[in-house]
Amino acid sequence: MVLTNEIIRNKLTEKFGDQLGDWSEPYGTLTFTSDKNLNLKVLQYLFDEPSLGFQFLTDLCAVHYPDNEGKELAVIYHLHNLRENVRIRYKIFTDIKKPDVFSAYALYSAANWMERETYDFFGVNFLGHPNLKRILNIEEMEYFPLRKEYPLEDQQRTDKDDEMFGRI
Amino acid sequence: MPRPVQYNITNKPLEQPISFVSSPDGYMGQGFFASKFSDVVGLARKNSIWPLPFATSCCGIEFMALMASHYDLARFGSERVSFTPRQCDLLMVIGTIAKKMAPVVRQVYLQMAEPRWVLAMGACASSGGIFDTYSVLQGIDQIIPVDVYVPGCPPRPEAVINGILRVQDLVANEDLRRRHSDRYKELMETYGIQ
Repeated sequence: MVLTNEIIRNKLTEKFGDQLGDWSEPYGTLTFTSDKNLNLKVLQYLFDEPSLGFQFLTDLCAVHYPDNEGKELAVIYHLHNLRENVRIRYKIFTDIKKPDVFSAYALYSAANWMERETYDFFGVNFLGHPNLKRILNIEEMEYFPLRKEYPLEDQQRTDKDDEMFGRI
Repeated sequence: MPRPVQYNITNKPLEQPISFVSSPDGYMGQGFFASKFSDVVGLARKNSIWPLPFATSCCGIEFMALMASHYDLARFGSERVSFTPRQCDLLMVIGTIAKKMAPVVRQVYLQMAEPRWVLAMGACASSGGIFDTYSVLQGIDQIIPVDVYVPGCPPRPEAVINGILRVQDLVANEDLRRRHSDRYKELMETYGIQ
């Protein structure tokens, strides 16, 4: 039987009811959100349930929405069912003042480095991660570069043409 | 239709089939030649600079062209590219240096024996270039002293040859006591070296 988005959605609604929301299908990929504290339960269900079988974590990343008050940081899981070749996207949102999210490392080993990268660039604090430190940037860096809040580099410098670097 | 080539199309006759380095200024008589020791040392150093290429990106491709037969840096006594810093005189930093790479460049520089020179090739090594961003070092002169900057993105091999010739000028005219002077030590201290 082909695993359609409808089946996945019905299965998840059956299990979690109204706790999942914002269902959409951009470019045919089923996308939904939930409360951030529910993330491990949802992922565990998607992993364990034999008819779903999303056992491959393609990508884990974050997005910063500075205007989305109280839900500034989105953490996004891209999951893949390799047997049926079906992908879904699962989003959770967290407050930037307390960006604590449970780590999916115990479930998907691939989450180890991906969560480190997400921490490195967005400062999402993954609770339960075995080694949450910067992975790509220098360790002395004091900010999270992909958050839309810091000016990049020295604003006072005159050796580079501001217009060419989008600073006007 | 290919663009017509508008340069290097007329063959110029060679002025001299082989050019030799001229001897330094001095006093010559029958059977002897007197000159300054520093001139002789400078002459020797200048024409046998061993470069250490620290190539990280596209400028490295231009550097390969520079070293290959067409541009042939060997003509200027620098054919001996060495990949151990301990034997080299000239550190050529070629390409974008990320902040994470900065300690490596610095360590390579520290491992070179005095006297040592540094050439920054290309916009990225000189100033960070187009990469005005959190991950890129905005010019290697933030971590090590630089003698010659070669602008360009990437610079053509001719420009790098010109840069090497400017390094040769510095090497030839450098005072033998410069590296022991207080001024030089002060310069090094601004970079936190020694």
